[in-house]
Amino acid sequence: MAVSISAEGLSKRYRIGELQAGYGTLRESLARSARRLTGGLHHQHHHQDIWALRDVSFDVPTGQVVGIIGRNGAGKSTLLKLLTRITTPTEGRAEIRGRVGSLLEVGTGFHPELTGRENVFLNGAVLGMRRREIQRKFPEIVEFAGVEKFIDTPVKRYSSGMYVRLAFAVAAHLEPEILLVDEVLAVGDAEFQKRCLGRMQDFGASGRTVVFVSHNMQAVARLCERTILLDNGRVIRDGPSPDIVAYYLQSGHGTGSFREWPDDDNGPGDGVARMRWVRVVQGDDTVDTPDVRRPIGIEVAFRVLRPGHALFPKVKLFNGEGDTLFNVLDTDPRWHDSAPPGDYVSTAWIPENLLNEGFVTVDVGIVSLGAKLQPHTGEYQAVSFHVYDPGEGDSARGLFGGQLRGAIRPLVEWTTEER
Amino acid sequence: MTETRVKVREAKPAPVSPPSHDDRVDRVFVIRPAPRWPHLDLAELWHYRELLLTFVWRDIKVRYKQSFLGFAWALLVPVFTATVYVVIFGKFAKFPNANIQYPILVFSGLLPMQYFTSALTLSSTSLVTNVNLVTKVYFPRVLLPIAGVLVPAVDFMIGLLVLLALMVRYSEWPTGPEFALAPVFLGLAFVTALGIGFLLSALNVRYRDVPYAIPVFLQVLPLLSGVPYAVNEIPQKWQWILSVNPMTTVVSGWRWAILSGPAPDPAKAAIGIAVAIGLLVAGLAFFRRSEPRFADTI
Repeated sequence: MAVSISAEGLSKRYRIGELQAGYGTLRESLARSARRLTGGLHHQHHHQDIWALRDVSFDVPTGQVVGIIGRNGAGKSTLLKLLTRITTPTEGRAEIRGRVGSLLEVGTGFHPELTGRENVFLNGAVLGMRRREIQRKFPEIVEFAGVEKFIDTPVKRYSSGMYVRLAFAVAAHLEPEILLVDEVLAVGDAEFQKRCLGRMQDFGASGRTVVFVSHNMQAVARLCERTILLDNGRVIRDGPSPDIVAYYLQSGHGTGSFREWPDDDNGPGDGVARMRWVRVVQGDDTVDTPDVRRPIGIEVAFRVLRPGHALFPKVKLFNGEGDTLFNVLDTDPRWHDSAPPGDYVSTAWIPENLLNEGFVTVDVGIVSLGAKLQPHTGEYQAVSFHVYDPGEGDSARGLFGGQLRGAIRPLVEWTTEER
Repeated sequence: MTETRVKVREAKPAPVSPPSHDDRVDRVFVIRPAPRWPHLDLAELWHYRELLLTFVWRDIKVRYKQSFLGFAWALLVPVFTATVYVVIFGKFAKFPNANIQYPILVFSGLLPMQYFTSALTLSSTSLVTNVNLVTKVYFPRVLLPIAGVLVPAVDFMIGLLVLLALMVRYSEWPTGPEFALAPVFLGLAFVTALGIGFLLSALNVRYRDVPYAIPVFLQVLPLLSGVPYAVNEIPQKWQWILSVNPMTTVVSGWRWAILSGPAPDPAKAAIGIAVAIGLLVAGLAFFRRSEPRFADTI
């Protein structure tokens, strides 16, 4: 069988200073060199190494659709950056056979001052399309995006929906033999995401090789025949998607009922809002196995850094199979106005006797509402918990001892008359 | 908005066709740790030529967007600077002019200098201003500083119109076959800007001091390159010192080619050319060496 991608012992090391500071000034660097000179050998190893990826090996046969999953920091993005040649490995090697298209975000290189038409050509060229190819596909791209009327308007005047549709339309018309895709499906509304997934499915069905990095377990389970699970930079599971996804969700790989970003600057966030902690509570206690008969709280603590956005917290629950249970946002009118900077702790109380027994993971986010939901901060699989039923006869299970199937298990009111 | 939304549901994407077998099918990319001294892959650069042109085209398009005067700035900037020079250095300081009308002496020197200034600024900030590309998609990074030195050529062409008008006004014309060498001296400005651009753009990825340092250097450069005076009329010792600066050769050579100025001294010109080539080689080597880490440190 032909192999499209073969990776052997890929490793990537970052110096921790590089990760945190990103760049310094010349002065700092000179000062460091001076210290090294005066301090002798003592300061030589003051930096710390982090292996973002360690000894990763796998083969992808031509035509296979592979999902890469793992929690944040597991090395998924690093792996993708190596395969797309954006950065180079520290050790190991990989061979890629065929024309590669990579999609790390939609609309890479879009320039706000340029018109839709100009950006199609710009973005197409950046993604590796030939000018002739773009010209040929141009009418299709515009029709697919549905922006015919605005094609000669600068994209800075586009609504965010139009912008994303146009950007995706260009990407959807790439025809590489190997497609490397990161989390592009995280943008746009549900309908748009569905179209993206559909397009990816077509891609896989047409005999192309696809590597798909995602947090969307449902999408991975549906699109990919095979999934690789990364943790701490290593491959820890590699096999058929349903098995790996179920394993990942149920082992709650490192996800617990409490997740905190203690360093104020390190929480996920975009400068408008930043996460502080997330926990699963019942009463005042953090619980791993909440009792199904009492309300379960998802406590989201966040800091608003900049005013001017009508923010609100939002949580999304998934069961152990990766199906979305529900998606809920705080409808309290207090969030209709711009939230003043400060610290907030919001708790979403899930009614008692609603969830079924079993494993639940929670995505949290702080979003604002424009033409679409705009996330400001958030965390996929921020926390997880295991719904527990002590079986005392007062839940929806009654005196039945076994497992009741279903995504939810509400305690419904039955009425019975004899007539 | 709603109208387009309706359309979207109707529009079906074209079916994804099976992979076409073109010339790139058998291309094998090998991903491995960066070599210590990477060479420049010219075949790859050729492969990406369209992207280079796209970058140039984008920057030209965007350059004067949403400015009221637009490309008129390409005329106004050198004209304004030249006027200041003519008044200060010509009228008050009476700088040596080698028997060329002072306004045209200054303006002819300013044109390549302004090109160099823009080229250097654009190319040395090119990686950082395109950070979204550098971290999200692969292409040979050298394309960005190269595009940076190509873009201001447009301003130069526009400025040439003013020079032509001045030549008519003062009846200064190219005098001999040296006119054919004019592009060579412009090429020297290009090579110099590119060499320093490679060096500084790579440095700027790590140290954001570059944008602060450049203007300081560029402010004194015209005075060190003979823009407001004729270099061959200053003391010999100083001529030798200034010859280390390739822009001195550019300015005097360009004046010689297009006006009736004196020919540059071949020995001093050779120094300038050697420095420019040295800068290009060193700049490119430094750039290529830092390139694998751009996406990690930027």
